Amino acid sequence: MNGKFLSTENLPFCKGCGHHIVSQNLEKALSSIAGLSPLDVIVVTDIGCIGIIDKQFTTHTVHGLHGRSVALAAGIAMATEDPKKKVIALLGDGGATIGLQHLMEAAQRNINMTVIVHNNMLYGMTGGQPSGLTPRGFKTPIMPDGKPNIGYDLCKVLHATGAPSVRRLLALGDFTADLAAALAVPGFSFVEAMEICPSYGVKFNPNRKLDDIAKEAGIEIGHWQGPAREPYRPATHDAPASLFATEKPIAARHKAPLKERYAVVLSGSAGEGVQSAAEFLAQAALSCGLHATKKGSYPVTVGVGFSTAEILLSPKPLHFTGISVPDAVIATSADGLGKVRGLIEKMTQGTVYLDASLEAPATKATVVKHDFRAPLGGRSAVLVALTMLLDRAGIMPTDSFLDILKDSSLGKKIDFAKLRQKGG
Amino acid sequence: MSERYFIDNSRLIIEATARAGADVFIGYPITPANLLYLYASQRFPVVLPAPDEITTLQWMAGYAAAGKLPVTATSYPGLALMIESIGMSHMMELPMVIILAQRLGPATGTATGGATGDISLLHGINSGGYPIPTLCISDPRDAWELSAKAVHIADHLRCPVILLASKETVMTVQDVDPAVMTPIEPVRRRFYTGDAPYRPYEPESDGVPPLLPVGDTRHQVRITASTHDRSAALQHSTPEALANSRRLAEKVEKNVGDYTLFDWDDDAADTVVVAYDVTAAAAREAVALLRAGGRKASLFIPKTLFPVPPKYFEILGRYKKVVIAEENLQGQYREILFGKRGRDGVRGVTAVGRLITPEEIAAEVRS
Ligand code: SF4
Repeated sequence: MNGKFLSTENLPFCKGCGHHIVSQNLEKALSSIAGLSPLDVIVVTDIGCIGIIDKQFTTHTVHGLHGRSVALAAGIAMATEDPKKKVIALLGDGGATIGLQHLMEAAQRNINMTVIVHNNMLYGMTGGQPSGLTPRGFKTPIMPDGKPNIGYDLCKVLHATGAPSVRRLLALGDFTADLAAALAVPGFSFVEAMEICPSYGVKFNPNRKLDDIAKEAGIEIGHWQGPAREPYRPATHDAPASLFATEKPIAARHKAPLKERYAVVLSGSAGEGVQSAAEFLAQAALSCGLHATKKGSYPVTVGVGFSTAEILLSPKPLHFTGISVPDAVIATSADGLGKVRGLIEKMTQGTVYLDASLEAPATKATVVKHDFRAPLGGRSAVLVALTMLLDRAGIMPTDSFLDILKDSSLGKKIDFAKLRQKGG
Repeated sequence: MSERYFIDNSRLIIEATARAGADVFIGYPITPANLLYLYASQRFPVVLPAPDEITTLQWMAGYAAAGKLPVTATSYPGLALMIESIGMSHMMELPMVIILAQRLGPATGTATGGATGDISLLHGINSGGYPIPTLCISDPRDAWELSAKAVHIADHLRCPVILLASKETVMTVQDVDPAVMTPIEPVRRRFYTGDAPYRPYEPESDGVPPLLPVGDTRHQVRITASTHDRSAALQHSTPEALANSRRLAEKVEKNVGDYTLFDWDDDAADTVVVAYDVTAAAAREAVALLRAGGRKASLFIPKTLFPVPPKYFEILGRYKKVVIAEENLQGQYREILFGKRGRDGVRGVTAVGRLITPEEIAAEVRS
């Protein structure tokens, strides 16, 4: 029959294949929807015998990968603004097995689409191997004694995931009304059509009827409805602001005596403001007309252990950002020192600012010990140490750093009198 | 000195792709690409968190088929999951941009370690040898310009484009002159407007068929990833279908002149230093060091890695000595350019798990 949506003459399936019956019912179901034109329908097919049906359709058709048709259809459905368009994914039990998560995601989001799984309990195209949906005891060429474990109950899974409409039916006779009802659901609807593949299913399970197989395996036929929900529409920001709307460029308002590239490593404990202190230092450098780079490093669990930042400052543009031996190192905690001990030992010059609680590693660098944690607590220890470093190093005015701090979110929180320590 | 930002390239990349007209970002978290996802969530008109990287690419393909221009950002473990779907999108001819922030492998490797180890993989990413345009950033200007260019190429060539970066080039914060942020022309999507039935894979003179979103109300649209003829009908291996597959490579290669991007600082020397991604910065300093020491050296920074523009061979062919520095085990781009055997005068500087320094590049030039 040359249907309005789908020609069911010369379908590319074996004689007696259940796909014929599902296709004929689908054509009738689509034709029963008043006012629906083929160009209102987007059919997305999977890989497998059912996936070669595209050319029979007069609708839009999309043919992708094995197991991914539901995700691909979900992408199309989310991008399709007109809720009257019908996005339909056609796949087999193999595609549903490999792409189970796509089904759950579409159901959970209630994406406006209909999924029809043609469950013939095996992979037909590749020679009849068992799928996740193959029921216990069902025989296949590679498991001639029958599958030892039960199949996934897709309907239960998707119902539990929040799908508004889930159906399982036996693909026998006329089930147009079931398909039409599924297609009418606003949001996600799911149909599992149980069939049998004559080429492999019948051959290896002779004389077993589809309904007996379902019954013996405890597979329920039915319709499960979930709570009514609005179909999912992705949130849109209509006029998102530029990422530079809040990012303020820094003007050069100080002068720095720095002549050469200068490398500073800050190392402390996670949560003690090491990364933001490094950013403040670099921003201060920009306010002096210098160039700067900053890299952070910390364990993957960002809340514990060390937190280390490498900052490069230079009057000339910086390209290479590696630091083999730094000019100055600040370590304000045992975690921090542990991370930079090797670097400190390699230093033959420069200065190491070490919290008074820490044992200095063997180094040729000058070691300045001070209780950096005492004046403003552990969270500001790096700021105290940096202030001291700038006072001593003569690379750029300390005021440039203090100005940046004052303008920052810390500006009102910090006792600037205590920040600046004499010492070393 | 004028005002400067202190920012990472991730910010420039996302702002530039959005300005260029990319309109959907599908994200799945992975270090070191998380800043890109975060900025995209603030900047893109639509941002969807996907449950995995396969879904990410499939949703992108769905959006692209419906006429949008999607972007994602990932690293090798995510890319590995995406590859089948990238191949699908390439065969379907769907525009999209995949930002790949490389990290230290193999396998899960070191999430916060830098590397440029995915070059061979990208070179052969499609079964059958069909190249995917791959642009590699090496500095803030690239992060801006190449990101916009990637969106334009994806649209013009109707294909996925890879914007290549690495942990170092997307996470390091640096001072950036706002002048690098030149005006970006948004893509003007051109969809099929004819009255004749739409043939989805009927190319125009540039080898690219005009796109028409699925769901169109005038024409039937067919899209497929299986071997197909110009009408998108599946074919085993008819001459028309095989020619259609061949066109996928030809459209990318034939138009490479439109996106052959490189920096070339020719010093009339017999030696050229070649580097991309983060190593390009070390190469710049190496060349400056050499010149300061009286040794002439030229610098070549390829930005369009794939397909390899024929122009590269013309340029590199002028030098007796070619020193290629890159952060992977065997010198992947060097092997792609010159083969495993190489040729006289072609040398590699490689490192794994650390930055290549300007000094070691300079030493290789002098040796
Ligand atoms: S192999 Fe089985 S599933 Fe495939 S068309 Fe033939 S009968 Fe149908």
